[in-house]
Amino acid sequence: MSNAYVSVEAIARRYPGATIFENLWFDIRRGEFVCLVGHSGCGKTTVLNILAGLEAPSDGAVIVDGQEITGPSLDRAVIFQGHALMPWMTAEQNVAFALSCRHPSWPKAKLREAARAALEKVGLGHAADKKPAQLSGGMKQRVGIARALAIAPKMLLMDEPFSALDALTRGALQEEVSRLVTEADQTAFMITHDVDEAILLADRILLMTNGPQARVAEVVVNTLPRPRDRASLHHMPGYHELRDHILDFLITRSRTLAGTPPADWNPRDVPEVRPAQPHVPPPPRAAA
Amino acid sequence: MSRHVTNAQAALLSLAILAAFLGIWEFSARSGGPAGGAALDPEYAALLGAAAAQGGQTPFPMPSEIAVRLWELVRDPFYIRGPNDQGIGIQLAYSLARVGAGFLIAAAVAIPLGFLIGMSPLLSAALNPFIQVLRPVSPLAWMPLALYTIKDSSVSSIFVIFICSVWPMLLNTAFGVSSTRKEWLNVARTLEAGKLKTAWKVILPAAAPTILTGMRISIGIAWLVIVAAEMLVGGTGIGYWVWNQWNNLSLADIVIAILLIGIVGLLLDRLLGVAARAVAWAE
Repeated sequence: MSNAYVSVEAIARRYPGATIFENLWFDIRRGEFVCLVGHSGCGKTTVLNILAGLEAPSDGAVIVDGQEITGPSLDRAVIFQGHALMPWMTAEQNVAFALSCRHPSWPKAKLREAARAALEKVGLGHAADKKPAQLSGGMKQRVGIARALAIAPKMLLMDEPFSALDALTRGALQEEVSRLVTEADQTAFMITHDVDEAILLADRILLMTNGPQARVAEVVVNTLPRPRDRASLHHMPGYHELRDHILDFLITRSRTLAGTPPADWNPRDVPEVRPAQPHVPPPPRAAA
Repeated sequence: MSRHVTNAQAALLSLAILAAFLGIWEFSARSGGPAGGAALDPEYAALLGAAAAQGGQTPFPMPSEIAVRLWELVRDPFYIRGPNDQGIGIQLAYSLARVGAGFLIAAAVAIPLGFLIGMSPLLSAALNPFIQVLRPVSPLAWMPLALYTIKDSSVSSIFVIFICSVWPMLLNTAFGVSSTRKEWLNVARTLEAGKLKTAWKVILPAAAPTILTGMRISIGIAWLVIVAAEMLVGGTGIGYWVWNQWNNLSLADIVIAILLIGIVGLLLDRLLGVAARAVAWAE
């Protein structure tokens, strides 16, 4: 756990009369991409908001880079579910606004230039002067991604960033994020309920049971080799085992495992599974 | 049944309605005009004026007469022949200056205060009773207090304009600020934008269309109220002029004043409409 960039320690979210989740532990290592998968209402977004510093947990703490977080930080950029662009600003101004927060001393021209460069990176150089209303859903989310990456955060937090997009656009953006994150060796945490998205992007997938009293029941280690791309992902050996495992969890086990955990449950040591790893035969017994 | 209507068609119909209206007016004013003819004692007539001596009323002016008078007035709008005889342009300028001053002071108070109220639920709840009680009060009811404390009639009418235009701007600003999308505020928070930067770069532009709507309502009310206020305090201004012409029984002038007040009001509204379009944003 010592090489963890983020460690989530015993966080909880309680409302009067209801515990959404409690005693939640997990960690994210530097350069790692972690996905949190679960159904609506298990508190996924709350977990992300706590990591972002937008909400304080009812209990527990989040340690980032050795320090407990007390609020939002430029080091943890958020890509919001709705694109959350300011509609009165052009794409460039939206990115430049973020940059001006990171670099208050930069002159306007430099901010503009850097904003353009960030938009070029997501293939939107031509749309820099357009207002969000003039952009398609996918383009808006790209601007959101450019805005988050422009400030060179130490960590990227994504709350179902592609859920509002059509399948084709979603696929293109997933590959884009995969590429950008890999290039920058970006530490990332993402909430999703799209299984393929999780398999494409994540190194580890946290499976969360249904709320109330939701918990991370299992950590799926994604052993599929990188680089992965959508075209060949489903031909990779182990892909189907991995996908079936997560789907089984979402369809059945997220429900059956919900509620009070078993007596020997240790929230700090959640079982890890590697469904995609080819079955390793037991070592041959030494000849008698 | 929604057929496409061109602007030209609508304009043509407008003109036709106007022509019919003026035609009927002209015709009925002519036929129902001064009966005349009755024998008059010339001395009595000289004392009271011909119309009054006849026991009749001043005839309602015909559009043609009004048009002639309008031409007279707008040909030389800025003359000054003593305190009680100044051009119509001067009178309108007085009224506009008072509305402008009262409105700008109101904006300078209402927008920052509305910002605070919109940001702070506590302040909003604490000030709400005062606002709710004071808002429905006719601004003219403040006039005696204003005259008593300020003593200057012109400044008092500016105060009345201030009072009547402050409420829509205050309430709209507070509403616009408090309904800034949470996601935009969250963006600002995750970017560690300071309070001032968030207010200036996020909340103000987000609330600007609502604020402008408040300003537009305010300027409309202010322009309504200035006529009444100037009738009360007298001296100068288009409201005073209307009352003065009523005392002179110059009905044509009053009709002209109504027309001009309407046109100026329209222009003020359009002006803020342009400003509103400049700050509008679409999702």
